[in-house]
Amino acid sequence: MKALKLKREDLYTYLESLKSYGELWGPVAKGEKYVYARLTNVRDVALEALRTIIPPKKFFVPPRFNMFRYSGDQYTESFDDVKPRVLFGLHPCDIQGILILDELFLERFPDPYYKRRREATALVGLSCIPDDKCMARSTNTHAVEGGFDLAFNELGDNYLVWVGSSLGDDLVRLNLDLFSEEIEPRDLKTYLEWRRKRDSRYKLSFDLTGMPDIMELSWDAPLWQELAEKCLACGSCSMVCPTCNCYNVRDVSDLTLESGVRERHWDSCMNKEYALVAGGHNFREARAERLKLWYTHKLKAFITEYGKPSCVGCGRCIDTCPVNINVAEVIRGLTGQKVTL
Amino acid sequence: MIEMNEKKPKEIAANPFLPEEMRLVRRYDLTPDVRFFQVRPVDMERALSLKYNPGQFMMISLAGIGEAPFSISSTPSRPGMLEFCIRKVGRVTTQLFLRKENSSIGVRGPYGNGFPLEKMIGKDILIVVGGLGAAPLRSLLLYILDNRDKFGRFYFLHGAKSPEEMLFRKEFFEIKERDDLKCFLTVDKDEHGYWPFHKGVVTDLFTKVEGLDPENTYATVCGPPAMYKFVIAEFLKLGIPKHQVLMTLERRMHCGIGKCGHCAIGPIYTCLDGPVFSYWDVLHMKDLI
Repeated sequence: MKALKLKREDLYTYLESLKSYGELWGPVAKGEKYVYARLTNVRDVALEALRTIIPPKKFFVPPRFNMFRYSGDQYTESFDDVKPRVLFGLHPCDIQGILILDELFLERFPDPYYKRRREATALVGLSCIPDDKCMARSTNTHAVEGGFDLAFNELGDNYLVWVGSSLGDDLVRLNLDLFSEEIEPRDLKTYLEWRRKRDSRYKLSFDLTGMPDIMELSWDAPLWQELAEKCLACGSCSMVCPTCNCYNVRDVSDLTLESGVRERHWDSCMNKEYALVAGGHNFREARAERLKLWYTHKLKAFITEYGKPSCVGCGRCIDTCPVNINVAEVIRGLTGQKVTL
Repeated sequence: MIEMNEKKPKEIAANPFLPEEMRLVRRYDLTPDVRFFQVRPVDMERALSLKYNPGQFMMISLAGIGEAPFSISSTPSRPGMLEFCIRKVGRVTTQLFLRKENSSIGVRGPYGNGFPLEKMIGKDILIVVGGLGAAPLRSLLLYILDNRDKFGRFYFLHGAKSPEEMLFRKEFFEIKERDDLKCFLTVDKDEHGYWPFHKGVVTDLFTKVEGLDPENTYATVCGPPAMYKFVIAEFLKLGIPKHQVLMTLERRMHCGIGKCGHCAIGPIYTCLDGPVFSYWDVLHMKDLI
């Protein structure tokens, strides 16, 4: 992969250049937290931001969007808000999260709503130094070797810029003069030092080998009931998880009842109606069953299917759950460690 | 221009969520709350070329109301018409019951695996139906009858709560008269005393099953949840291997193509990997039934 260098002081100039590809979005401060927002002013970008409240999945699967407009019985596809965008500041775990969504939405029966948004979006990564809630090293998602267009890595007074795609190369050419191709031996030294620093900051470390077997053996464990007694079934964990992708479909008529929209909106398996069918039977009525499904998806089913967990270790569930149920606590519980809830 | 379009990858050409306009050709009541619907693509050529397997399902879509999955009750061996057997039980079905002949409805699919016909060919077949379980299994029943020479011995056991609540009464009575299968019908209760056949639960009918080659038999059951345990026990008693005991399952679905997540069971999606599962699947995958 091609590597370039960009001076730190040139970052804002370059971000400005990226706007000629499309809308520029990146992390900005919101209260004590961060969100992905449109960077009208590139100096609003919060380079220190570690995790945004909502992961970048919102760009590819918006929380609510129209699939079709209908009039009588005629349906018209709707791709209203699909436009070229550059997402700047994606950390490796978030890029890995997008790659997991790619598996779900672009393989077997590709989803045109996801595909169009994904194809219109350039991904620009940014390295990070973890905090005490990050566990991406345990999920092996702390680095990313592909799937992005550009990836910026902190490198002393410079950024090391990986060019990951043909589009990434085009993006570099938007302001080619800012980049240098000369990578010197001391850059490698700085890079390795930075890597050591990053790896030393992980406070959470788990061995996820054999998680599917451990979950299988824990199927009837009292842990699920204990967690269910605390869980509020609010679904916040699903909203903030980079790989939660369940959705509901709802038709919304206008006042004439003749026309309207068929919309898709996020759902969560923590919601009680998640597996409710017509006639009133609920396949997952118990909260413990739904919690178990959530963690089965992250730590068992996805590993069985794709050889890796669908948890990218971003720490959002740790940050968000009002009663402190999160992937770290569940792994602790499953592996016989003390649960500190 | 047309040639160019054909070279495009399929996924670009079609939106898999777009309902196809179909015509509701005929509808009539099977019981007070279960109605039979005959539906076909508006274009007759398209109607004749529509391919599906017994055991697959389709999403029926009513603009402004929503979508829901329904088993296909017709057989691909009688092309041109899709048939559904639907109980009025929720939002979509309530509105569907208001639709008249020649109105148009949205349909997309077929989805799911359907029955493994290629493996079932040449084998003995035992179909057990309870109540609304006739909806998916009628497709298999008719398919086998229409290709009778391709299958071995064939038993069809059917149970209903009462004669009044029995679906496809006339059709199944006629099938019972055929000499190329063994068909036994029963009802739990017969208040008016005009039921001519066995009275009792469907498992009673297993005493009539003889001469099957169990190793080479595919058995399938669909009906109310309470029935499965007892029917499967009978299948196993006959010596039918667990992976040749098939059932079709219900789940909440919003897409039919493995995206919305609602029908997930462990690593599989009912809509892609099911809805037909074997008893072996049920035993080794938690949560299936």
